[in-house]
Amino acid sequence: MKVTLKVWRQKDRNSPGELKSYQSPELSPNMSFLEMLDVVNEHLANQGEDPIAFDHDCREGICGTCSLVIDGKPHGPHKGIATCQTYMRSFKDGDEIVVEPFRAKPFPLIKDLVVDRKAFDRIQHAGGFISVRTGAAPDANAIPVPKENADLAMDAAQCIGCGACVAACKNASAMLFVSAKVSHLGLMPQGQPERYRRVKAMVNQMDAEGFGSCTVTGSCEAVCPKEISIDFIARMNRDYLVAILKGDPKAVRGGGAG
Amino acid sequence: MNLLLQIWRSSLGKKYIMALSGAGLFLFVIGHLVGNLQFFLEPAAINRYGHFLKSTPEVLWPARLGLLALIGLHIVSALRLTAENKAARPEQYQAKVAPKDASLASRTMAMSGAIIASFIVYHLLHFTVQTPQVNFTGTDFDQLYEPNSGGADIYAMIVCGFSVWYVSLFYLISIGLLCTHLGHGVAAMFQSLGLRNHTWAPRIATGARVAAILIFLGYASIPVSVLLGRGKEYAKRIQSGVSPDKAGSAIKAAKGVEK
Ligand code: HEM
Ligand code: FES
Repeated sequence: MKVTLKVWRQKDRNSPGELKSYQSPELSPNMSFLEMLDVVNEHLANQGEDPIAFDHDCREGICGTCSLVIDGKPHGPHKGIATCQTYMRSFKDGDEIVVEPFRAKPFPLIKDLVVDRKAFDRIQHAGGFISVRTGAAPDANAIPVPKENADLAMDAAQCIGCGACVAACKNASAMLFVSAKVSHLGLMPQGQPERYRRVKAMVNQMDAEGFGSCTVTGSCEAVCPKEISIDFIARMNRDYLVAILKGDPKAVRGGGAG
Repeated sequence: MNLLLQIWRSSLGKKYIMALSGAGLFLFVIGHLVGNLQFFLEPAAINRYGHFLKSTPEVLWPARLGLLALIGLHIVSALRLTAENKAARPEQYQAKVAPKDASLASRTMAMSGAIIASFIVYHLLHFTVQTPQVNFTGTDFDQLYEPNSGGADIYAMIVCGFSVWYVSLFYLISIGLLCTHLGHGVAAMFQSLGLRNHTWAPRIATGARVAAILIFLGYASIPVSVLLGRGKEYAKRIQSGVSPDKAGSAIKAAKGVEK
């Protein structure tokens, strides 16, 4: 099979970009979308052209590095699947496929289809952690966790932080991502000590990065390769409301028992 | 003060303001509808109700100012959030497809909201301020008096007002947009306040849609029934008594004769 690609080409952040058309060489329908790009790139390189830059790493749907908006939908036509696990058999011979980068102000473009998603790392650093004591490993199952909470926490922990939720949202909101990270720790006993500090810090960092906010359109959960539910956004909203109503902790004065 | 500033500065804080003010407006819309449906009783019923609402300024004005505050908060936070959302995606996608699985209602909240706001301005001029120039009937609604009590005849005003087909059409379109706005907005309100989980999500979504449709049918029934002829004779009788100089005094004189 052969397809026509219309790919966003942009040398760097400050140069203007445009969609460019490329005719693919003969492809196998069992190639992944990224393998198809590899083949097209090889072809381009042989002709002395600059290959198309795109992000990828594990190519098995677990790292969250691949991106791409394919025909207007992040991660391509299927539900619950990342670009790296999208196969050419999902397209027809002769199809024209539009491939664009994730678009959001907090995801500045680096080159072609590659954008900088470090905003997500900064949100994680702001509060996406728990404090544990070092030393001998604790007994497994020493802390009882209700099964339903464990299941929900696992659902949230599926998030691979790819940013498709932001790319799909008409407001470029990162709330699905942030809510997954807030929930997966907030649902576990080990996550309780920082629970309210965490949600406040992460949401405030999300705002500072310049993401939009949720208008409950549901596009994010529709494109999420891990099918994270927007129910987690409600959970985050609830926790944040409690957090700001609780206020900041009482200031600690010097002195005391010493 | 610090807390209020924190709420206003944060994205979620503004969502809470939207949700709470929206909830208040939703309750008003239900209350207003229940009051208006008295149009289907005898004319004296809604006239008495209108008189009751207007009779106590100490209650009327705080309620009006409260509503104005809710509308103000709702609109100001909506404008701010929309501006932030637009700024978060400076460069658009070239592939022109609608965002995946986002309902039309959810994508057009700002537009439906803006049209509803302009409707409210018109509606207030039409029935509350009773500006004669906007009702297109040639009648001053201020001059419609109920023969028995001599008080304002709201029933006749509604019939006159809605007998102009294009005014009724504008009402129907606006109520239709209110229906789509609420069908999405009421469900989103639960989400924004965090009052939603996988058990309640489907009930909230269906409940919001059903409420929105009932509100549409309820409000739409009034102009539609007027266009179908309800109250025509009655309104004609009241209207024929209208003449800027003699209406009020004539009715008072008539009342005097009765006594
Ligand atoms: C068929 C539909 C409607 C009818 C027949 C109707 C009728 C009326 C009437 C007669 C008044 C004046 C009451 C008085 O001053 O005596 C009024 C006031 C008002 N209406 Fe409506 N209405 C309708 C739909 C709506 C809708 C959909 C909204 C909101 C989105 C709305 C919002 C208001 C507001 C804010 C006031 C002013 C209340 C005040 O006096 O402070 N109305 N309406
Ligand atoms: S490359 Fe790792 S998830 Fe697609």
